[in-house]
Amino acid sequence: MHARTADTTSAQAPGTTAGRAAGAHPALSVAQLRKTYAALVAVEGISFEVARGEVVGLLGPNGAGKTTTINMILGVLSPSAGDIRIAGIDLAQQRSRALAQANFAAVYAALPGNLTVEQNLRFFALIYGIPRLTVRIETLLHQFDLQHLRNTKCGVLSSGEQTRVALAKAVLNRPQLLLLDEPTASLDPSAAQTIRERIRRLAADDDCGILWTSHNMYEVEAVCDRVLFLSHGRILLEGDPRRLPAEHGAGTLEALFIRLAREPLSAAEHPQ
Amino acid sequence: MKLRPIAGILLRQFYLIRGSPVRALPMFAWVAIDIVVWGFITRYLNTMSAGRFNYVPSLLGAVLLWDFFTRIMQGVSTAFLEDVWSRNFLNLFATPLTTPEYITGLVITSIGTSAIGLAVMLVLATAVFGLSFFSLGAMLLPFLLVLFCFGIALGILASALVLRLGPASEWLVWPLPALLSPFVGVFYPLATLPHWMQLIARGLPPAYVFQGMRLILAGHALPASALLPGAALAVLDVALAGYFFVRVFRYALRTGLLARYSAESVS
Repeated sequence: MHARTADTTSAQAPGTTAGRAAGAHPALSVAQLRKTYAALVAVEGISFEVARGEVVGLLGPNGAGKTTTINMILGVLSPSAGDIRIAGIDLAQQRSRALAQANFAAVYAALPGNLTVEQNLRFFALIYGIPRLTVRIETLLHQFDLQHLRNTKCGVLSSGEQTRVALAKAVLNRPQLLLLDEPTASLDPSAAQTIRERIRRLAADDDCGILWTSHNMYEVEAVCDRVLFLSHGRILLEGDPRRLPAEHGAGTLEALFIRLAREPLSAAEHPQ
Repeated sequence: MKLRPIAGILLRQFYLIRGSPVRALPMFAWVAIDIVVWGFITRYLNTMSAGRFNYVPSLLGAVLLWDFFTRIMQGVSTAFLEDVWSRNFLNLFATPLTTPEYITGLVITSIGTSAIGLAVMLVLATAVFGLSFFSLGAMLLPFLLVLFCFGIALGILASALVLRLGPASEWLVWPLPALLSPFVGVFYPLATLPHWMQLIARGLPPAYVFQGMRLILAGHALPASALLPGAALAVLDVALAGYFFVRVFRYALRTGLLARYSAESVS
């Protein structure tokens, strides 16, 4: 198997619009990111970039460090070391400015259930300082097919509807970086397909870099331009999800995932 | 600080109160009950004293000021707890919202909710029990300001404690005003207290307010300078509470407490 190499961080899949933003800062730049809790190393000095218009899958078994990495990028967990830049803005130095360029949706972070769909969008639109927020909210309600639910409290929505609201909130500020933690986990196949297409279109049309975590390997192959495989807080593999299995002698991405999850590559054999 | 994120915090609280009578009711129900109960107690005491002493301004006035203080404190902590109860920290703090903007939003929310409570108390106490609050004269405003500042400080401190100790610790912070009340002499002069309690009282801004209130009602003059230590302490307490909240927030960022708050119970 091949270890990841530094130049793969700028890889662009065919059809992405990453090239359009040539010269601009990448959507996300992570350098030597490390998080420790006393003796436990949760993330061990990882570095990667997400280009504009690129969808990058962050894969790995439970406890690999995916959510820790995402939390650090979201600014809700301080790194022990390393740098995070969102659209070129240093998160540690200019937290508010950097986070204004990002947004996220995660299955474990439901929007307040005691507010209606429209109230939630209006609340977060103000927090993000969205100009002409009424127009923006109407557009998103239409785009995510939420008009008929605008006055419904989020707490009583179905999982699929909640996901659509969370995604509408996640693109409120037209983020340059979008973090999606298992965004289709609770959706039926048809709804998941629609959401995947919408997110791909968002990356292409808005030049938005997307960091996507999922345990659905079919979805990862369908959506991601590139994947990073994390295990024990380290990036073990990086590459095109459609080519990686063949390159590593696995029949499918899922088979490769299972093999890596059970027998992680040694640090000596595959340095970062 | 930007105004729009602060407006967002206020709008959310407005939506919550408008959408739920259960949230709106405590803003005036408990203070109304307090005024009614203490109003009748003072009426009874007045009857017993056969007109030798008017208990209305000293007892009912003290209840009103104390309730104002607790409403301010609870206004801040309840607004904060809304985010705890709805597990909203991750959504909230993964945004450009800054800590000062968040705290300012909580404080303004508290001003709104406690102003409603104060208005209800004043109307009831004046109309039903004949309390003339203006007997405190020009000192009424400074008294309210000192209590307001200390209420804000205690509310921020309570929020920081809940953030640090977990959601279940809200049960520790609700009784904080009751815990302080014996020391600040709401209903009795500080001289009644043993020496060690008096020493603690000197560090608590409300003690200066209630001591001052009793002096004025007893017909003595109260120079503004007498309230200065209380005012200075209240301002200092706001600064210290803000500092403490920021420290706890940084701790929560460092340890992952903030991220876990919405994902799992830390209690």
